[in-house]
Amino acid sequence: MAECGASGSGSSGDSLDKSITLPPDEIFRNLENAKRFAIDIGGSLTKLAYYSTVQHKVAKVRSFDHSGKDTEREHEPPYEISVQEEITARLHFIKFENTYIEACLDFIKDHLVNTETKVIQATGGGAYKFKDLIEEKLRLKVDKEDVMTCLIKGCNFVLKNIPHEAFVYQKDSDPEFRFQTNHPHIFPYLLVNIGSGVSIVKVETEDRFEWVGGSSIGGGTFWGLGALLTKTKKFDELLHLASRGQHSNVDMLVRDVYGGAHQTLGLSGNLIASSFGKSATADQEFSKEDMAKSLLHMISNDIGQLACLHARLHSLDRVYFGGFFIRGHPVTMRTITYSINFFSKGEVQALFLRHEGYLGAIGAFLKGAEQDNPNQYSWGENYAGSSGLMSASPELGPAQRARSGTFDLLEMDRLERPLVDLPLLLDPPSYVPDTVDLTDDALARKYWLTCFEEALDGVVKRAVASQPDSVDAAERAEKFRQKYWNKLQTLRQQPFAYGTLTVRSLLDTREHCLNEFNFPDPYSKVKQRENGVALRCFPGVVRSLDALGWEERQLALVKGLLAGNVFDWGAKAVSAVLESDPYFGFEEAKRKLQDNSGIDIILGVFPFVRELLLRGTEVILACNSGPALNDVTHSESLIVAERIAGMDPVVHSALQEERLLLVQTGSSSPCLDLSRLDKGLAALVRERGADLVVIEGMGRAVHTNYHAALRCESLKLAVIKNAWLAERLGGRLFSVIFKYEVPAE
Amino acid sequence: SGRVGPAGGLGCSESGTFGGPPAPIVFPWFGLDIGGTLVKLVYFEPKDITAEEEEEEVESLKSIRKYLTSNVAYGSTGIRDVHLELKDLTLCGRKGNLHFIRFPTHDMPAFIQMGRDKNFSSLHTVFCATGGGAYKFEQDFLTIGDLQLCKLDELDCLIKGILYIDSVGFNGRSQCYYFENPADSEKCQKLPFDLKNPYPLLLVNIGSGVSILAVYSKDNYKRVTGTSLGGGTFFGLCCLLTGCTTFEEALEMASRGDSTKVDKLVRDIYGGDYERFGLPGWAVASSFGNMMSKEKREAVSKEDLARATLITITNNIGSIARMCALNENINQVVFVGNFLRINTIAMRLLAYALDYWSKGQLKALFSEHEGYFGAVGALLELLKIP
Repeated sequence: MAECGASGSGSSGDSLDKSITLPPDEIFRNLENAKRFAIDIGGSLTKLAYYSTVQHKVAKVRSFDHSGKDTEREHEPPYEISVQEEITARLHFIKFENTYIEACLDFIKDHLVNTETKVIQATGGGAYKFKDLIEEKLRLKVDKEDVMTCLIKGCNFVLKNIPHEAFVYQKDSDPEFRFQTNHPHIFPYLLVNIGSGVSIVKVETEDRFEWVGGSSIGGGTFWGLGALLTKTKKFDELLHLASRGQHSNVDMLVRDVYGGAHQTLGLSGNLIASSFGKSATADQEFSKEDMAKSLLHMISNDIGQLACLHARLHSLDRVYFGGFFIRGHPVTMRTITYSINFFSKGEVQALFLRHEGYLGAIGAFLKGAEQDNPNQYSWGENYAGSSGLMSASPELGPAQRARSGTFDLLEMDRLERPLVDLPLLLDPPSYVPDTVDLTDDALARKYWLTCFEEALDGVVKRAVASQPDSVDAAERAEKFRQKYWNKLQTLRQQPFAYGTLTVRSLLDTREHCLNEFNFPDPYSKVKQRENGVALRCFPGVVRSLDALGWEERQLALVKGLLAGNVFDWGAKAVSAVLESDPYFGFEEAKRKLQDNSGIDIILGVFPFVRELLLRGTEVILACNSGPALNDVTHSESLIVAERIAGMDPVVHSALQEERLLLVQTGSSSPCLDLSRLDKGLAALVRERGADLVVIEGMGRAVHTNYHAALRCESLKLAVIKNAWLAERLGGRLFSVIFKYEVPAE
Repeated sequence: SGRVGPAGGLGCSESGTFGGPPAPIVFPWFGLDIGGTLVKLVYFEPKDITAEEEEEEVESLKSIRKYLTSNVAYGSTGIRDVHLELKDLTLCGRKGNLHFIRFPTHDMPAFIQMGRDKNFSSLHTVFCATGGGAYKFEQDFLTIGDLQLCKLDELDCLIKGILYIDSVGFNGRSQCYYFENPADSEKCQKLPFDLKNPYPLLLVNIGSGVSILAVYSKDNYKRVTGTSLGGGTFFGLCCLLTGCTTFEEALEMASRGDSTKVDKLVRDIYGGDYERFGLPGWAVASSFGNMMSKEKREAVSKEDLARATLITITNNIGSIARMCALNENINQVVFVGNFLRINTIAMRLLAYALDYWSKGQLKALFSEHEGYFGAVGALLELLKIP
C-alpha cells in the first residue's frame, strides 16, 4: 500500500547513445558560468538543472552634471545613455532521454569552465544507477536527495513563480487546457504522485508536508500488468493501445449485470461494475487494445477514488497530479480527471502542472542551493528559452512523441526583487490580469497572432536602428525575428504552450526574445530624444494649465493624460500646438498614431501628478523596472522627475518632502500583472494608505486590468488605438476609456 | 441522508391481505440473489411437516424438496454449501433447515428452464429475488418460466440478511469472527466475535465488484462508495494471466505463489524502510512493478502472478475500506461477499492491513455465510419478517 515516488524503474534497458546529433550549445546554454548542478534521473527521462549567470547588455540612463550651467542648449539630450553589461541569474532545466545521458555528461564536462562546484544533487530512481557515471564524468560528488522532498519543493517553487502553471484538462472542450490563475496562497494542497506506485502527500507549508497515503496500484501496475497482458513492452505504446481500445469488451458494466433495467433504476449502465469481470472465462480471446483500455480505466479510477477519499478526509479541494503516469499524456489526464469528477461529484478538481516533469530536478536544485536562498527571490519563466508544453495532439504516435520531446527546456530568470500582490486587490485569488483569454477565444487569437506577425518587420527594423554602432545588429535582429516567428507559429498550433495565451504573453515573449539577442531597449534613444523635447515644453504646458479655471484645468489634464498616449510628432509641431492650444490638440493627435514616451510621462502624467500634489494628495508614481517598448522606465522617471523638479517648485518640494515617491513596479512588460508587483511598491501602498489607483495606457488598463476589481477607487485611462479591439469593446477606433470605479460598499 | 427502509415499489404486488391474520405463505420458500458472477439461492426446508400436510403436498413441491436436499451438486455447476446449512431454524412459526446453494450466473437460463420443466408456476409461489440479475432476467422468468419475480433492492436485502443471520448464530456457534495475529502463520487464530454492538458498522461487500455501506441502524444506512476492483477483477485477471478456469483453481495457485517476485516492494527501491515517510520495507510500492522488466517477467511463475493479483486486489479493497472508515468515523468493518469464500489469504491480509495502517484503530470482521446475505434478505422479504 505504499508508494515510492520515482519514475518507473530503469526497465527500458537504456543503451547509452553517444551519437548526439542536436546542437548541444543550444540546449546546455550558458554552461561556462554554470554552478550548482542537480539531476533527476527517472525511468526514461533525465532532468538536469543548473544555475548560471547570463551577461547581457542593458541601457543605463544617467543624469548629466548640470552644475555651473544655467541653461541648456537646444539639442542637448536630457540625460546620457550608456550600454552596460549586466549579469543576471538564470536557472536552466533540461529534460532528455536517459539514452543521451553519457553524451550529455561529456558535453557538460567539456564546456564547464572555472566552476567551483564540487557536488551534484541527485534524485529519482535512476540516481543510484548512474551515480558512478556522473561522478566519473563530471568529477562531482553525488549527493542523493529524497525523491518526495524534492518533488514537493519543486512543486511549491513552480506554483509560486510560474503564472498559469496549473491547469485542468478537459478532453473534448476547446481549449483542452484551462489554466489556473496564480493563487497567492498555494497551501494547503494534496500532491498525488503517480510513479510506479502512488504517493499522496499533504503539503501545508514550505517545510511541512506529510505522506498521508498511497497505493501500490500505479504507473508500474499499468506498465507491468499491461506488458504481461499485451506483450507490449513500452509504456507509451501501452498508452497508445489503450487509447484505441474498448474497455466494455473486458469490463463487466452495470448494464451487463442489470440488463436494460439500469435506466429505470437511475443507474448509469456504462459504469464499471467489475474491472476485467468479463475476462473470467477460458473460452474467449481479448484484444490487446481492449485489455490495455480496461487496465487504464481500472488504475485511473482507483487512483482518483483514493485521491478523493484523502481530499475529503483532509478537507482539501486542490489536488495536483504528477508522476510519469501523467506526464504530458492526454490519455491519462483525461481518465484521472473523469475519475476525480465522478468520485468527488465535482467538488475536487484534478489539477496538472505544465512543468510537472521538472519538479524533482527543481527541488533537488533548491536543496543544493539553500545557502543562496533561491526562495527569497521571485523568478519568472523565460519564454524565449523555454520549450513550452508539449503537443498533446492525439494523432501523435509514441515514436513521434518521443522524438518531439527529446530535449525540452525550461529557463527561469531571477527577478531583481520579490514580487507580491497589490494589497488593494479586492479578491486576490480571483484576480485575472488579462482582459481577453486568447486560448479561449479563437477569433481574437487569430487576430492578435497575425497582428504580431505583421508588426515583426517593424520591430526588427527598430532593433537594428537602435544599435547603429554594432556590427552584428542586423544578424542578431534576424535571429530574433526567426525565434519570435517560430514562437508565434508554435502558439498558432498550441495556444496553451505557455499557459493562457494573452496579448500580454505575446508582448512579453517578444521582450524576452529581444533580450535574448541583446536588444535590451530598442527605444532608449527615441525615448531620450522625446523626453528632451517634452521637458523643454513642460514649463509652457504648466503655465497654460495654471491659467485655466479649475474645471477647465481638470478636463485639460485628463485630455493631456490621454493624448500623451497617442501622439507622436516632431518637436516643432509639439511646441507649436502646445503654444497655441493648451488642450493639446487632441483631434490632431488622433490622426498621428504611435505613443510617445516623452509626451506621455512629462506632458501627460507629470502635470496630472502636479495637480494632485497641489491638492495636498500624496502620489506614488510607479514605472516599469525594466524596458518594454517605449514605456518609461523607473530609472528614466527618476531623471525626468529631477529635471522637472529643477523647473517646478511644486514637484521639487513634493520630492523633498516625500509627498511624491517614485518607485518601480517590478514589471518589464507593456502590461501589468497586479498580482506580481514589486514588494517595495506594495509596502509603500500599504504604508501610505493609498486610496486611489490610476492605471494608464492600453497595455496596463485595457489588455490587462480592464476588469480588475480594487478595494479602493480606481481610474483606468486609455485611448483605444486598435480598430479590432475598439470594436470588441463596443466602441470606435480612438475611443477613450475613462473608467472611474468606486468599490461596492 | 441514509437510505431508510426497504426500497418500495419494486414490483412486489402480493402484499398481505387486509384485516385478519396474514395468510400463511405457501411453500417453497426461496430467496434468490442474482449477482454479476454468481447466483445465490437459499432454500428453507420445513422439517415439521405434518402427515396431513404431506398428503396435501403437490408432487412438484415434493420433488423440489427432495431434489434440493438430497443432492450437494446440481448439474455441473450448482453447489450446495452443506457446511453452511443452518439447522433447526424457526421461521414464521415453521421449523426447518436453511440451505445455501450457488451456481454461476451464466447458468441462469438453465435454471429458468428447470423451473419451467418442474412446473414451478403451478405452485403459486412468489420468487423474491435481488441483485442486478433480478432485473436482467425478470423477463425470462416471466416468458419462459411463467414466473413473476418480486424484485428487491440488493442493499436492503444485504443488511437485513446480515443482521438476521448474525442474530441466529451458526448452529450454536458465532457467526462473526476475526483473526488474531493474522500475519503470523504459526500464531494466527480465527476467533469468534460477538457483534453485540453492531452500529455503526462499515459493511464491505466483495462480489464481482465492491460496495461499501455505512450502517447506522437496522434501517438507516448509506452506500458510501464502491470499486470496480473486486472478486471479478481477481478472477478475470487470473484467467488472463494464468489460464486458470475456476475461482478455486485461481486461489489454489495463489496459495503456492510468491507475490514479491511480481511486485516491487519499498525495500526494492530504498533498500529498506522509507523512513522519511515511515513506510516499512515489506510494503508493496508498486503492484506488478517488477513486471516492467523483461528479465523479471520471464522469471515469474503463474502461481506468483495469481498470488500478486490476489494481494493487489485485496490490499486495494482494504485501503479504500480504511479510508471510508476514517471518513465515516466508524471502527468496525465487516467484510462479506463471495470473494472471501475459501479465501483465507485475503481475509488475513485484510485483517492485517486494516490493523497495521490504522495503528490498531480498525478491526476487520468476517462472517461465516459471507456471500449469502442478499439471498437471505430476499427470503426474509418473502416471509415479511421485519
